Amino acid sequence: MADTATKGVTLSEAIVAEVGAGGHATNTGYSNEKLGMWVFLGSECLLFGGLISTYLLYQDRAIEGPLPKDLYDIPFTSVSSFVLLMSSLTMVLAVSAQMRGELPRARTWLIATALLGGIFISGQVYEFTAFVQEGMGFTTSLAASAFYTLTGFHGAHVTIGIIMLLSLVSASANGKIPKERAETVEIVGLYWHFVDVVWILIFTIVYLIT
Amino acid sequence: MSTTETKPESAEVEAHDDSHDDINHDDIDHDMHPSDWKYIQIAIILALLTVAEVALYYFPPGPFEVPMLIALMIVKFVMVLMWFMHLKFDSPMFTKAFVAGLGLAVTVYVAVLSVFEFWAG
Repeated sequence: MADTATKGVTLSEAIVAEVGAGGHATNTGYSNEKLGMWVFLGSECLLFGGLISTYLLYQDRAIEGPLPKDLYDIPFTSVSSFVLLMSSLTMVLAVSAQMRGELPRARTWLIATALLGGIFISGQVYEFTAFVQEGMGFTTSLAASAFYTLTGFHGAHVTIGIIMLLSLVSASANGKIPKERAETVEIVGLYWHFVDVVWILIFTIVYLIT
Repeated sequence: MSTTETKPESAEVEAHDDSHDDINHDDIDHDMHPSDWKYIQIAIILALLTVAEVALYYFPPGPFEVPMLIALMIVKFVMVLMWFMHLKFDSPMFTKAFVAGLGLAVTVYVAVLSVFEFWAG
């Protein structure tokens, strides 16, 4: 404040200059929205940590019905994991295109990401249906409840991500997300990549380490 | 005020400069993010690591199976965070915000699982 006063520049002028130069007029100097998303993702670690820990504790607890690990279809889940991993690539390509101002290409990558997310969710619905037909419902056992709660919460996050992606596509098509607002796409991208990162953990801990 | 306002910004620039010292500048766009080709290379590596994980599941190398699976999982986790989520290039403050939650989660749940392991009758 002292410097701006000495130079004869008001605080509001300094803020306008900073924002105009690509900076952020916040107390930290960083974008509040982006910092908020990172803090939110940090808190999500606690949610998924709790769900994964619960599954690890109860994975062998079943008085009746099959255990989840007896029903896993590893080749199928591996393909699902690959699809979600590739959706992270299309997402980062969308952010990259948006930053360069190539808006139609960014929208194409966003749609591709949503489609890959849709394929992943379809796979999860198929898996859940197959497990129920094998006799493992949500309340069949502690192991089944823990499995469905963990993977179901992850699936809900993916579904919310798809809704966010389609909203972005719609807003971009209406000209509401120009190149200057690339950070909006980046923030949605952070959420999407986090969902992928959580699945990296679930795939290894739940499916592969039995 | 000026000190508190300018310090984070200069810190951010320094962080960007430092982080660029150990990467190939041919793969970096002028907007300080990796090129599309670099992202594709990272995705290929991630896909290969996933193939390695599945191979370990079907051909387990004895007692090393679980440690190797966990190691591969951590490598994939860190690669997505650093490259796709741009923590390698962004301000360290974002890393701190995320690691605070991640570290707390790991500490709390390792403690919880240890209690069940050591104290369960």
